[in-house]
Amino acid sequence: MKRAPTHSYPGINLGERHASAHKATEVVTFGFWVFLMSDLVYFGLMFAIYITMIDAQAGGPGPHELFDLHSIFAQTLILLTSSLTVGLAMLALKYNLPRVRIVFWFAVTLVLGLSFLVLEVRDFMAMAEKGGVPQRSGFLSAFFGLVPLHGLHVAAGCLWLIVLGIQLRVMGMTDRIKSRVVRLALFWHFLDLIWIGIITIVYFGGLAYG
Amino acid sequence: MDRRSEMHRRERRRYLIGFGGSLGLTLAVFAIAYRFGIETPGVYLAIGLLGLAQLVVQLVYFLHIDRRRSSREDLDLVLFSTLVLLIIICGTVWILGNLAHRMHMHVM
Repeated sequence: MKRAPTHSYPGINLGERHASAHKATEVVTFGFWVFLMSDLVYFGLMFAIYITMIDAQAGGPGPHELFDLHSIFAQTLILLTSSLTVGLAMLALKYNLPRVRIVFWFAVTLVLGLSFLVLEVRDFMAMAEKGGVPQRSGFLSAFFGLVPLHGLHVAAGCLWLIVLGIQLRVMGMTDRIKSRVVRLALFWHFLDLIWIGIITIVYFGGLAYG
Repeated sequence: MDRRSEMHRRERRRYLIGFGGSLGLTLAVFAIAYRFGIETPGVYLAIGLLGLAQLVVQLVYFLHIDRRRSSREDLDLVLFSTLVLLIIICGTVWILGNLAHRMHMHVM
């Protein structure tokens, strides 16, 4: 063993208080990081396409007509807060707080995730009303290839929260459940990282160079 | 028992610092964009740098990526993926930008 047992995978560790779950989590979490990184490469490709497509508006509506910065601002704050609450759920697990605390933070995260999605879908509908549909131009195709892909990830995260909440009730605090909570927290933080890229490159970049 | 709640408090503070830092950076980005207008020269550069800073803050405080020896192999994974990502993005932008330039299209 060359690694210290208290910190054996990236991200927050369960630590020695959950010895058996900690060991079981180590390999799985490393594998999950490999998944996250390949997902990152996928997103990176979509970002690259978007950057090359910023000017390819083909006379259709561009960023200035389509983007609603107020809504983007609200979505950013919501997603950032949800990243904190999922971290607090993870801490509640790590320090063996009552299970109701974990479920509470899960519920808050779920509500925030769903509000994010509602705002995002509302934005897409507003864009479509102004003629901003994917088939209108290369710019819009690239936009709708990238931003809803992130939204889809958030939706998957919400589903995961619900399923894990139910499993927590039915199966109790088993090692497997603990390890799943660790990965869900990583996934959710990762989505917030991608969102920073989206506001910087897609929204502000689009407005600056579109 | 005491040590445990002490550690809990410390780790919670770590998340709150990360949240506060990210919140501050987000507010700064939107304040700059609203105040000066995104098309002012230099504004987009500032926004990009603030976004980069926020990435680092969240990697350190939320995802707990750091230079501790025990997590170095994992840091390698993240760094290598970032390298692949940069090659993909810069390569695509370079090649397609060059192509557009040669085709006399007005891109970038």
